[in-house]
Amino acid sequence: MLQDKDRIFTNLYGFEDSGLAGAQARGDWDGTAAIMAKGQDWIIDEMKASGLRGRGGAGFPTGMKWSFMPKKSDGRPSYLVVNADESEPGTCKDREILRNDPQKLIEGCLLAGFAMRAIAAYIYIRGEFIQERRRLQAAVDEAYAAGLIGKNACGSGYDFDVYVHHGAGAYICGEETALIQSLEGKKGQPRLKPPFPAGVGVWGCPTTVNNVESIAVAPTILRRGASWFAGLGKPNNTGTKLFCISGHVNRPCNVEEEMGIPLKELIEKHCGGVRGGWDNLLAVIPGGSSVPMLPKAICDDLPMDFDTLRGHRSGLGTAAVIVMDKSTDLIKAIARLSKFYKHESCGQCTPCREGTGWMWRVMERMVVGKAEPEEIDTLLEVTTQIEGHTICALGDAAAWPIQGLFRHFRPVVEQRIADYKARNASRPVAAE
Amino acid sequence: MPTLTVDGKTVEVPPGATVLQACEAAGVEIPRFCYHERLSIAGNCRMCLVEMEKAPKPVASCAMPAGDNMVIKTNTPLVRKARRGVMEFLLINHPLDCPICDQGGECDLQDQAMAYGFDHSRYKENKRAVSEKYMGPLIKTTMTRCIQCTRCVRFATEVAGVEEIGAIGRGETMEITTYLDRAVTSNLSGNVIDLCPVGALTSKPYAFAARPWELKKTESIDVHDALGSAVRLDARGAAVLRVLPRLNDDVNEEWISDKTRFAVDGLARRRLDRPYVRIDGKLRPATWEEAFAAIGAALQKTAPEKVGAIAGDLADAESILALKDLMEAIGTKNIDCRQDGAKLDASVRGGYLFNSGITGIEEADVILLVGTDPGSEAAVLNARLRKAWLRGGVKIAAIGPEVDLTYGVEWLGNSARVLWDIARGEHPFAEVFAAGKKAAVILGQGALQGPNGAATLFFARRLVEKSGNVRDGWNGFNVLHTAASRVGALDLGFVPGEGGLDVAGMIGGGVDFLWLLGADEIDVSRLDAPFVVYQGSHGDAGAHVADVILPGAAYTEKSGTYVNTEGRVQRGRRAVFPPGDAREDWAILRAFSERIGKKLPYDSLAQLRARMVELAPHFGALDTVGPAGWGEFGERNPMGKEPYALAVADFYLSNPIARASATMAACVAARDGQDMDHGATGTHG
Repeated sequence: MLQDKDRIFTNLYGFEDSGLAGAQARGDWDGTAAIMAKGQDWIIDEMKASGLRGRGGAGFPTGMKWSFMPKKSDGRPSYLVVNADESEPGTCKDREILRNDPQKLIEGCLLAGFAMRAIAAYIYIRGEFIQERRRLQAAVDEAYAAGLIGKNACGSGYDFDVYVHHGAGAYICGEETALIQSLEGKKGQPRLKPPFPAGVGVWGCPTTVNNVESIAVAPTILRRGASWFAGLGKPNNTGTKLFCISGHVNRPCNVEEEMGIPLKELIEKHCGGVRGGWDNLLAVIPGGSSVPMLPKAICDDLPMDFDTLRGHRSGLGTAAVIVMDKSTDLIKAIARLSKFYKHESCGQCTPCREGTGWMWRVMERMVVGKAEPEEIDTLLEVTTQIEGHTICALGDAAAWPIQGLFRHFRPVVEQRIADYKARNASRPVAAE
Repeated sequence: MPTLTVDGKTVEVPPGATVLQACEAAGVEIPRFCYHERLSIAGNCRMCLVEMEKAPKPVASCAMPAGDNMVIKTNTPLVRKARRGVMEFLLINHPLDCPICDQGGECDLQDQAMAYGFDHSRYKENKRAVSEKYMGPLIKTTMTRCIQCTRCVRFATEVAGVEEIGAIGRGETMEITTYLDRAVTSNLSGNVIDLCPVGALTSKPYAFAARPWELKKTESIDVHDALGSAVRLDARGAAVLRVLPRLNDDVNEEWISDKTRFAVDGLARRRLDRPYVRIDGKLRPATWEEAFAAIGAALQKTAPEKVGAIAGDLADAESILALKDLMEAIGTKNIDCRQDGAKLDASVRGGYLFNSGITGIEEADVILLVGTDPGSEAAVLNARLRKAWLRGGVKIAAIGPEVDLTYGVEWLGNSARVLWDIARGEHPFAEVFAAGKKAAVILGQGALQGPNGAATLFFARRLVEKSGNVRDGWNGFNVLHTAASRVGALDLGFVPGEGGLDVAGMIGGGVDFLWLLGADEIDVSRLDAPFVVYQGSHGDAGAHVADVILPGAAYTEKSGTYVNTEGRVQRGRRAVFPPGDAREDWAILRAFSERIGKKLPYDSLAQLRARMVELAPHFGALDTVGPAGWGEFGERNPMGKEPYALAVADFYLSNPIARASATMAACVAARDGQDMDHGATGTHG
């Protein structure tokens, strides 16, 4: 269990002053100029050494991502874009950072932006986050007024601007290239890769898009050293992580924990356990709605880190743990997620545009059992026709929950279909 | 030059090529819907997926840059499954209404479903239905058939330069629309019909008219403007039902203007299908014999110097030469082809050509437009100018009435004086022009009319000459013609001889006998000749004032030679026969010449063409552009402040065929807000 001294987000719950004075009292903005004085290469090397993996879901090494940015400008400026379009169902970690610890993010913007030689950071904030945007804007204004960002930021001699951009509320705009499109004022649709944003990003300039949490933890890592961060968790899955636990637990919460904490410990220690006790657990979606669910048998002994969950054909994702006890209608739950993906598909690629609607409709029928048993295999084949065939990962995200359901709970669906058939066997059917 | 392997075959492609292009270079066909050579890459249909070694999942070949040592496989189970999957997704919400769809028989989806489709549907839910979208009188929409490839959106935005087609909504409710249910305002809008890979956008005038396999296809040349766009005439029986573009990278790429495409119904209306003779003030049907007799009698009463002839805008070079030879035989020098009074000089070929060339103009770094609206005078060329502008590196300025040209133009004012000032170095733009490495002037016909016409020619020539833009490999002097016949007529010297009268002189009472060869753009209200012969295809302005009408053939009904604005000699072919008693124009002239005892020295089209080549050797080199002669032309007069007028007053109504077209009339109504078939209520009609 994470000790208080190793906690990065010390005001996660907003119990203390979230303003600049409070943040500085907690250690933010301490010696920022001195860190910058160590140079861009030092910062990137330190981030690489810390082993930090992107907190937005894909888990790509953050230091490596920063190193992709051009060391020398070809005339185009570079940009840092912070993805605060937190929309993954079950995920609510970035929101707390924006609300209660915004200075960590702003300081992270400066350090990350400096390291990748960016002239400005754009924080793209989710459309529904009205209050969070106000809080963040106020924090940015405060940082400007204190000379921490802007011209000669922190007295380092480096000019750096931070802009807060408000989205209009679309899940797809959390995909980095769709976010860039949206930031440019275009329809939020993912772009083709290559070219990757590090080469051609926002307004055609080199850009790195990072998750809020990835950026917000950077100052503390750089202050306390890569070895401190790397010493937490386990190799390749280092440091601390914000977990968002929701669903059938006694006390749903956000909590910062060490990577690799066993799921059972996470739930029992911080959430007061599963409703009705651990044995009442049915399944868990461990990393936000996009990753496949895992049944209780696997959850009994499950370290929460990228590699272990990947080994179980699921994923850590955003570490949004959705707990479902035995009262849950899993088919209905997944059907609801299918509806979400159908609603949020941008409509650009054929497989996702047409396939998400198809999957949702079949899932809705399966909720009541009004389907043929062989349709399960058809549905699974449809998911494989979407997965990996689209520009962005929304198609994959729509396919995986369904695959997870059938991987672990296929008999439940088959039973539902059989029950429906039995119920309606005697009922005469009108000729079609 | 990246070298890669496609299905075991090694190919080398130019840098910047895509994997799809590499596959084509290797002779492997890749199915596609959204990809189009002349549009930006969308990569959204996912039909072109191929397997690439070391890639974890199939890649969209249209969007993947070809790289060295890539190993591409296009015929593996993974690829086939991916394509079948995409095809299934496209079909689940696509209506199976091929029997009532106009795209049937030439539908990409239909064709590719033969290769990748299932023989039954696994989709048991209801299909999506999409409400119709209004896109004007030319484009018929059946949006339920749309597969969201966004080719039309990209064409409108990128090529046509009007952001009037777009996609709203997302996911499966994404719809292509004109946003406000308005007609698309571009003169190139019809091209989206060709681009649409399915039957979502089809031709409204051609709706349910024919199936593609019923049509006889004839490759020909367009005459609605002076570009000479390559077209295909699709005919069934005696009627040309539609006109489609052909590929010609040197001229029209693969676009044509809406007039070229849709004025085709004008070929069947107001046609002159028999000779007429005016008796007691009224035109009465007559035989060829009677018509020729009436003309012969009138000619006999007229002194040769009182005889004149005017060639119209749609005439082919053959009939122009025949008319010229006839007038020479009669002994008159009163001939002219410049109906609009443009002060073009036929003596120096470079003085009336688009010398930079249609493709060459893309290389220009400074372009000065003078008295022209390329958007309506040569819509396809305007798209090329826009392409050059989008690419960057070209500065475009204009003198003339301000119009929306779909690209950034610095408007220098509308006065001939501005050009004068630039040519004399007394205008800030003179420096910009001089700084250009390949600077060009484009003169519209509007600039060459009126009191400053000849001086405009002179000072435009001086401007390009003095700035060093007439040299080996580059000539920045360009005349943009609007009449398909004009360059050919000038090449053949169809202008007044020594002491002869021009158009203004002839219609102003200078002649007693006037032969109009399809000349309908002259001001007939001022026409003051006692005897007028109208030879042409349509009962338009010229026919109304005629004493004898000789029915001729329209461009689809004869083999004719046309020289486009850059001097490219091209030959149109006959798709159908002329209606009724109408005949090919050169043959009418040849027959009449024999009748009056001045037999023209050719009995066949081949002989006539041989004479054409004799007179102007470049007529022997079809489909090419050679260097044109250069010399002194224009008149060094002080320029007045008179504004330039535009040559084409109404894009949709610029020639007799277009004026006879109901479709063009509908376009005018839609543009002017009097659209009848839209906005109808439930009780309407």
